[in-house]
Amino acid sequence: MSDIGIVSYGAYIPRYRIKAEEIASVWGKDGESISKGLGIYEKSVPSIDQDTATISVEAARGALNRCSIHPKDIGAIYVGSESHPYAVKPTGTIVGEAIGATPELMVADYEFACKAGTAAMQTCFAFVKSNMIKYGLAIGADTSQAAPGDALEFSASAGGGAFIIGKDNVIAIINKTCSYTTDTPDFWRRAERKYPAHGGRFTGGPAYFKHITNCSFNLMKKVNTKPEDYDYAIFHQPNGKFPVSIARKLGFSYDQIKQSLMVPYIGNTYSGATMIGLSSVLDIAKSGDRIFLTSYGSGAGSDSFDMTITDDIIKLHRGNAPLVEQMVNDKKYIDYGTYAKLTDLLYWE
Amino acid sequence: MRDVAVIGVGLTKFGELWDKSFRHLITEAGSKAIFDSGIGGLEIDAMYVGSMSSGRFIGQEHIGALVADASGFSHLNIPSTRVEGACASGGLAVREGYLSIASGLNDIVVVGGIEKMNDVGGNAATETLATALDQEWEAFFGATLSGVYAMIANRHMYEYGTTRENLAQVAIKNHANGALNPFAQYQREIKMEHVLNAATVAYPLGLFDCSPVTDGAAALVLCSLEKAKKFTEKPVKIIASGQASDSLALHERRDICTLDSTVIAAKKAYKQANITHKDIDLAEVHDCFTIAEICAIEDLGFVKKGEGGKAVEENITTLNGSLPVNTSGGLKSKGHPVGATGVAQIVEIVKQLRGEADKRQVKDAEIGLAHNVGGSGATCIVHILEAI
Amino acid sequence: MGCGGVARFWREIPQRYNLIGNICGSCNKTFFPPKEACPYCRRKSMGKMQDIKFSGKGEIITYTIIHSASENFQKQVPYIMAIIKLNEGPKITAQIVDCDIENIKIGMKVDSTFRKIQEDGYTGAIYYGYKFRPCNVLVTNNEKEKCETK
Repeated sequence: MSDIGIVSYGAYIPRYRIKAEEIASVWGKDGESISKGLGIYEKSVPSIDQDTATISVEAARGALNRCSIHPKDIGAIYVGSESHPYAVKPTGTIVGEAIGATPELMVADYEFACKAGTAAMQTCFAFVKSNMIKYGLAIGADTSQAAPGDALEFSASAGGGAFIIGKDNVIAIINKTCSYTTDTPDFWRRAERKYPAHGGRFTGGPAYFKHITNCSFNLMKKVNTKPEDYDYAIFHQPNGKFPVSIARKLGFSYDQIKQSLMVPYIGNTYSGATMIGLSSVLDIAKSGDRIFLTSYGSGAGSDSFDMTITDDIIKLHRGNAPLVEQMVNDKKYIDYGTYAKLTDLLYWE
Repeated sequence: MRDVAVIGVGLTKFGELWDKSFRHLITEAGSKAIFDSGIGGLEIDAMYVGSMSSGRFIGQEHIGALVADASGFSHLNIPSTRVEGACASGGLAVREGYLSIASGLNDIVVVGGIEKMNDVGGNAATETLATALDQEWEAFFGATLSGVYAMIANRHMYEYGTTRENLAQVAIKNHANGALNPFAQYQREIKMEHVLNAATVAYPLGLFDCSPVTDGAAALVLCSLEKAKKFTEKPVKIIASGQASDSLALHERRDICTLDSTVIAAKKAYKQANITHKDIDLAEVHDCFTIAEICAIEDLGFVKKGEGGKAVEENITTLNGSLPVNTSGGLKSKGHPVGATGVAQIVEIVKQLRGEADKRQVKDAEIGLAHNVGGSGATCIVHILEAI
Repeated sequence: MGCGGVARFWREIPQRYNLIGNICGSCNKTFFPPKEACPYCRRKSMGKMQDIKFSGKGEIITYTIIHSASENFQKQVPYIMAIIKLNEGPKITAQIVDCDIENIKIGMKVDSTFRKIQEDGYTGAIYYGYKFRPCNVLVTNNEKEKCETK
């Protein structure tokens, strides 16, 4: 049985940024202490003409531009997001049409808070493994919403990543993946509501930390590895503190996670977060590098991945799509008034 | 082909006419033209009316019959037809009336043009005017009529060194003329600083580079030349009618800065009249935006391509210049009720050729040209008239 | 609404999402949007018009910055509209994004991106399509043409 894994990848981060201190000043808070507390200095903001579908298409086109597979060979597209533009009508069909993969393919949208993208990767992995498809496209993308004045307003941002999963020209073999799932209501958005609600500090210990810890340990046990066996580790990053803290608890060093730690400068891209983190690692990874990834989605669950970079990474045209670092640095700051307009905070009819 | 003359003209005041309805306006213009012509009314063989978008502006189509009805001709069952070619609807209606007489089918025809634009809000007017563009490949993506002309202006400035001030000067000149026209929407002069400091509509065009949203109507009575003398002492002969089309979208044109439809319509007209541009004593051109007048005087052959801006700078087109353009104030100052414009241009030319233009009178005017454009140049119609 | 019913949008999806135009098999002229027949070869082009996907790369021929827009574009003002000459020949009207207004100029090289064009209020459909952005902002390495093989 040949190895299955990532064949190509692409990421997308919108160009607008708002600084935490700008948001804080509107609500009479101290931006500097909030930034320090959250580990977030600024976050990405989608332009008025961008949504989860456009971000997904940009990321998917980036992935296709880096390799030479034909879009019609993609047999499945799964788009994970908690901000699909339509409540009913798939984002995946828009992506499928825009990359030229239609009509003979399977498509569905996923939602599992911030881990819907890695859930899509697992589905594609399984389809490829079962020989039902040649390639699968797994996307995690969001234009996450936060109620004005809510603590989430400092973190909820926009971005996404796309991964083509297959068994030819694999650049990163997925050695193993597993999940850890419970019913834990730490964060949610009720149907037909615009903004999410959350359990405050409850989102920490019993939610983020418990699920990532158990899922990560389970995977390392299954593949018989230790944290020091990995060159890079990627954890879900709802803020700048949690991923650093969970890495330490699990026995990973800061050096192992720093390449994937994007949240201080782009915020929490929700379903895009671990996907962009992984993309950033793939931007510089070398043959033989071993990568550990655990996502987290509220509600709650984690998906862990153990991956190894192959010799084929040098054949991938990484320069044919923007690198994560380039997109993080290509930015334009906006004020809160513009932010309010772009994110439709001033909704009225 | 029989010769055709204009024997009567009528115009309503142009402007924001809150108390006047569509029916009122077209009836007023028509009555004035019929009264001016000396006909009784029962002699009318047919009616043609130009209206760009009555459906969007007042929610009413079937304008041909409505106009005949409102004018009190329904019981006479006179055939009445609406003609549409966006902002050139009026000019096209004149041509249809002209052709129906020239062909020998009719002897006396009333031609009207009308738009009642202020019954909808500003955004709706912008959106409606954009339907003159290619809806699927221009307007859908956010292009507006002003935006498309602004792209012509920007390219003209880039290619020929036309200046922002050149554009402004068109507006200043047309306001100076409009100040002398009691029917004009804006009867006041403006200065360079007004134009340059005005809010931007679509860079490089500002508010004073754009014709306004206007209510108004205009009408003509056309008659075969042989019968014209029966009704009037001063018939004005239509010596040419040239029409041409081009791609709906600006981006498909051969050249962004040239309205080939104007070039071809003018060529046809000059040929039919057996004259050259040098024989024209005055012209009413389609200055929906200031850049449009610069392109028009180039494409009509009055000046070389690219020299329109310079010609304006040298005052060639002012009331006292060698070729007075838009003595009425043009679309900019007189106002631009889109469907009425092409007809109103002929009204101005007829008044000038009859020597009835009062303070705006061009001395010894014998031959006048009217140039009416639809959209960004997809339709163009040129008429040439001569005093006899 | 400036965009008509959903069917009217849906039937243009190949053009709006992927810049599908066509080429005359008789004279090799390219068209966007695709034409039923070549206006130059006319009868000779019948049955010889072939779909092609444009690269999305081109150059700005002229532009404007729109401040006064139709209802569906009010929230975007001021925005840049331009006529772009695609490398393969046809010219196209589209918005330019990810470009600061002070940097736009005639002659600028651009490439296509995928954006929301309009939405039918808060309840209607969302219409996507092409916009353009300054070229090579981020993609620094070899500009490999997308594989349109097979």
